Amino acid sequence: MAKRSKNGTKPALLEVRNLHVSVDENEILKGLDLTVNESEVHAIMGPNGSGKSTLANIIAGRPGYRVTAGEVLFEGQNVLAMTPDQRARAGIFLALQYPIELPGIRNREFLRTAVDAIRESRGEDKIAIREFNKLLEAKAKTLGFDADMLKRNVNEGFSGGEKKRNEVLQLAVLEPKLAVMDETDSGLDIDALKVVSEGVNAFRRDDRAIVLVTHYQRILNYIEPDFVHVLIGGRIVRSGGRELALELESRGYDWLRDATVGAK
Amino acid sequence: MVTPKEPKVISRTSDVDSDYKWGFVTEIETDFAPKGLNEDIVRLISAKKQEPEWMTEWRLKAYRHWLTLHEEEPKWAKVSFPKIDYQDAYYYAAPKPKGDAPKSLDEVDPEIVAAFNKLGIPLEEQKKLTGVAVDAVFDSVSVATTFQKQLEEAGVIFCPISEAIRNHPDLVRKYIGSVVPYTDNFYATLNSAVFSDGTFCYVPPGVRCPMELMTYFRINAEETGQFERTLIIADKGAYVSYLEGCTAPMRKTSQLHAAVVELIALDDAEIKYSTLQNWYPGDKEGKGGVYNFVTKRGKCLGKNSKISWTQVETGSAITWKYPSCILQGDNSVGEFYSVALVNNHQQADTGTKMIHIGKNTKSTIIAKGISAGEGQGTYRGLVRIMPGAENARNFTRCDSLLIGSKCGAHTTPYIEVRNPTAHLEHEATTSRVSEDQLFYLMARGVPEEDAQYMIINGFCKGVFAELPFEFAMEASQLLKVSLEGTVG
Repeated sequence: MAKRSKNGTKPALLEVRNLHVSVDENEILKGLDLTVNESEVHAIMGPNGSGKSTLANIIAGRPGYRVTAGEVLFEGQNVLAMTPDQRARAGIFLALQYPIELPGIRNREFLRTAVDAIRESRGEDKIAIREFNKLLEAKAKTLGFDADMLKRNVNEGFSGGEKKRNEVLQLAVLEPKLAVMDETDSGLDIDALKVVSEGVNAFRRDDRAIVLVTHYQRILNYIEPDFVHVLIGGRIVRSGGRELALELESRGYDWLRDATVGAK
Repeated sequence: MVTPKEPKVISRTSDVDSDYKWGFVTEIETDFAPKGLNEDIVRLISAKKQEPEWMTEWRLKAYRHWLTLHEEEPKWAKVSFPKIDYQDAYYYAAPKPKGDAPKSLDEVDPEIVAAFNKLGIPLEEQKKLTGVAVDAVFDSVSVATTFQKQLEEAGVIFCPISEAIRNHPDLVRKYIGSVVPYTDNFYATLNSAVFSDGTFCYVPPGVRCPMELMTYFRINAEETGQFERTLIIADKGAYVSYLEGCTAPMRKTSQLHAAVVELIALDDAEIKYSTLQNWYPGDKEGKGGVYNFVTKRGKCLGKNSKISWTQVETGSAITWKYPSCILQGDNSVGEFYSVALVNNHQQADTGTKMIHIGKNTKSTIIAKGISAGEGQGTYRGLVRIMPGAENARNFTRCDSLLIGSKCGAHTTPYIEVRNPTAHLEHEATTSRVSEDQLFYLMARGVPEEDAQYMIINGFCKGVFAELPFEFAMEASQLLKVSLEGTVG
């Protein structure tokens, strides 16, 4: 259960404070702050190498990163002390930029194991096979999956677009509280982008939130963000509304890069 | 973006002794022949079995040949063990009959029936496994065979080999030693001299055996060598699916198990032979455990015949076995599907031989090795294409998975081609459980140990799919139990 703060208000769904993260000896995130509340959609934009994927991965607990300072709270709880599976069961979902292939594990079996693990942690019974199949097939249909893809091994031999759609299918079936989408739009053609965006929009609800990591504002034509943040050099250098993304599209990132250098 | 970390060392020590849940000992009276090996012992075993003279003579020939080998075991396998004193073992141990040999299950020692119940192999009429006829072998002696009547109606002979030697001497005499001659190798020679019992099966022409046949081998007695002999013949157009399961109690001393299996498939016949081998692997320091030195070979004698071996090897301190196919008939097919797991101090040197003699013969080899703890796993295989084997085909795939940093996986494939029309493919991989795969599963809520197990199970999927359904489930469970505490 979410802890409430002293004055009785509900804590933010996700609170990142002064986060410093290193990979090997290189500091990637250098004091990042971000607050995400329920119902909100945040777009994180920025040039290559600015630390966008690092932020996404660190929230989900991917190994290979070292937090040197700061904290990440999810509903007031310290996420950094939790293993990736504990985070997932608490309601955090990461759609991977490069989804992993799992030889010999069928998509259907993979998703059912995940659903059961999450239900079990809530003290619920395992899902009945019939009920699960109904749920899965309904969700798969809206994402244009054919039954064959559910039978195949997870992401094995999938095209780039199929892998991304598979991530969104997992999101739809697992129904987390927070979805962190790491460049889910990259490598998609316009039709696939629409399908994926519809999937993400269908997930939007007042008690859920989305963090959308992207290079391009294109996906924001389909998934309308409440906030847009620009991440450069390991920090958020500017935050704004939808219009900031459009400005980035026309002006690029350089003016902000110059601005940060100037501000120092 | 992800930095490669040191491969995670996941060899948390586990108490293997308590993990091996088949390790109980059954208190029954055992009839032993004196320790040691000599002509008198061979004659005694033959006499105990009331064998005809030709059988006794065959055993003696094997014994005399064995003497010429001067206790020199084959040395080429990548396994090591202390010198075995062949005179310091019992070559005959049998549950002591209470009066005459049991004629029905009611006469079998209830302790033995209880032991099989505990192993999940009920022998009682009302509890029998559905659709599976079981020959229960306890310390190398067949104690009960279920569904005898139904099989008899179909014309299938399924009985202890000792019984077959008495009741079907022509069949046994024609085929015994025809695939694995008594001169074949050290252990097979020893087995030929002293084998105590085992299973015999004959499926007549055109008959599809109406149920799965199973032999469940149980070692109970201490300091006893175990020498079963299995002979399966599928006559023209016949089909049979046969499965063996094996367990043993936990003993501090190692036990020798040297079995021989011979399969013969005539024209258009098919034999499917599956093994779940779960002999006691020894404790976590490597003490005790079964030395599983087994010779298994099938001969596709007739045209269009097929022999398929599937094995899941999780037990034994040492495994030395190469279920093989001699593809003599034109268009015959040989298959070998294997999962071999070594944990703690287990050693496995296993693989297959595919000998292509006939035209258009085809073979497939899928071998999956999993090494954990300080286990050493070796795949050793031979594909030989003889000059007359026009258009032979072979596909081989060997995959090894390493868990932890103290284990080893080795691959030794031999290929000999003496006919230019042959097509051979060989693929091999060695990998670890990838950190990315583990993270991906965990990021969906699956706990680490379950995620590890799912990945390993996925690795073995292609082999498990070849097992009869119930046994595929059991194999999957066996893998999980054998790895418990090792991963995660």
